[in-house]
Amino acid sequence: MNYYVHTYEFEGYIIMSHTGPIINFESVDKFYGNFHALKDITISVNPGERMVICGPSGSGKSTLIRCINGLENHNSGKLTVDGVEVFEGSKDIIRLRQEIGMVFQQFNLFPHLTVLENLTIGPIKVRKISKPEAEIMARKYLERVHIPEQAEKYPAELSGGQQQRVAIARSLCMESKILLFDEPTSALDPEMINEVLDVMVELADTGMTMVCVTHEMGFARKVADTMVFMDEGKIIEVAPPEKFFSKPDSDRCREFLEQILEH
Amino acid sequence: MQRVFRTNIGALIAMETSGSIYMKGLPVRRPPALNRFLSSTPVSIVIYCLIVGGILYSSFKGAQSMGYNWQWYQIPKYIYRYTDNGFQFGELMFGLWTTITLSFSAFALAVILGLLLALLRLSGLFIGTKVAVCFLEFVRNIPLLVLVYLFYYVLGPVFKYDRYTASILCLAVYHSALISEILRAGINAVAQGQWEAAKSIGMSKAQMYRYIILPQSIRFMLPPMTGEVIHMVKSSAIVSVIAVAELTTLGQNIISDTYMAFEIWFTIAAIYMVVIMILSIGASQVERRYTVTN
Repeated sequence: MNYYVHTYEFEGYIIMSHTGPIINFESVDKFYGNFHALKDITISVNPGERMVICGPSGSGKSTLIRCINGLENHNSGKLTVDGVEVFEGSKDIIRLRQEIGMVFQQFNLFPHLTVLENLTIGPIKVRKISKPEAEIMARKYLERVHIPEQAEKYPAELSGGQQQRVAIARSLCMESKILLFDEPTSALDPEMINEVLDVMVELADTGMTMVCVTHEMGFARKVADTMVFMDEGKIIEVAPPEKFFSKPDSDRCREFLEQILEH
Repeated sequence: MQRVFRTNIGALIAMETSGSIYMKGLPVRRPPALNRFLSSTPVSIVIYCLIVGGILYSSFKGAQSMGYNWQWYQIPKYIYRYTDNGFQFGELMFGLWTTITLSFSAFALAVILGLLLALLRLSGLFIGTKVAVCFLEFVRNIPLLVLVYLFYYVLGPVFKYDRYTASILCLAVYHSALISEILRAGINAVAQGQWEAAKSIGMSKAQMYRYIILPQSIRFMLPPMTGEVIHMVKSSAIVSVIAVAELTTLGQNIISDTYMAFEIWFTIAAIYMVVIMILSIGASQVERRYTVTN
């Protein structure tokens, strides 16, 4: 395990972390029945690192990211997140999930709650923060995603892009250490993709640890520290973006990039 | 072709007289004349009146031919009466009150039992699922009447409770099986993504149910639940076989005293109908309020 010192600025504080990787996969395998979804995954994410995972559909990228907060359970190998091992039935998983925010392709906002309640329900019920305090925080994060005026509305009254930004704000409200994005722009109309990507770029600039599954290569080029390419459940290529986009090692990866960068 | 042309002219005249609406397309062809005739409101009312009138007339004729002595004037005193002490409710109203309290306490108990069963079934625990399924199969495959006898003549002496308690327990157990299925369907109708979102903000299972899943499943549950309340009031009549003093039992008692079978049964049917119609109107109001468009 490689140890290193990482410094970043967050909310005006200089934060120094002095640890190993915050997410660490060691030979992780995952099966759905007979289908081998993840094959011998070994990869690690350091604090503050922005990792973008891409690959054709069915390649296991979503499964990989969902393993990190225990929405899927791996069948063999070892996965540690923030120093805690993740496995099925783990007692620590509920506490660990508070440190991991997740943004979904389908937004998954709570339709029976207003935007503000969507944002505060986690802090109030899970983190046990007082309601006024949680609301102040929620409004701050709504400001951060540029929709402070929508606080009293219900999710169904918002556009797709606005809903996804609320979902991002909801994850931020948990003040978690890691943010996971599972194809956050795939369900959006084309003209709404950029408003979400802009918010994500701004987040990346704050030094948050991010793992992002996306096909938005422009975004990836802008923010990624590490690019990962997956195919058929295996990690094919791990490289910094400069190398990844100009001369990837594997032919499969080059083919894929040619396919999606053509348009 | 000629028909299209004719309706066209009618529509054009309508357009000119109304003046405000202008439709560019040709009017759609109307349904055939026979269909329009049969589905019109007056014709429906006439058919309805003929059928109902026929039934009433033939039953009246039948009663006359067997020399039945109608005594409708006797009926009001079983509903209300004026004595020296002023206004008093009659026996049938006391019976109705028992029916209502019986049904609602049984329903409350059934909801609690049903929720426990549904959660057991959804818990994913092997033993929990098996216990719930066994209970459901047990209740669902026994006729309600047999269940009533079982609760009164077998379990009653064993656990030492009276007939009123027996009837509440029996109805609650019978309906809890139906209600648990309604609750389970409602919980399963909430999108999978809601569970995942709730999990990913670190909620425990109890918190997920309480704050995210149950509030959303209520709108799926309410329509069948209100139907279940109505079903409960109706099936409560069956406890008359163990002589709980509810509406049906009191009716039977009055008949055995007075031999006015026709009038009393008609009256009891009417009382049930009124109560259930009131409940149905309430139910449709509740449904309208909780219908959320996504």
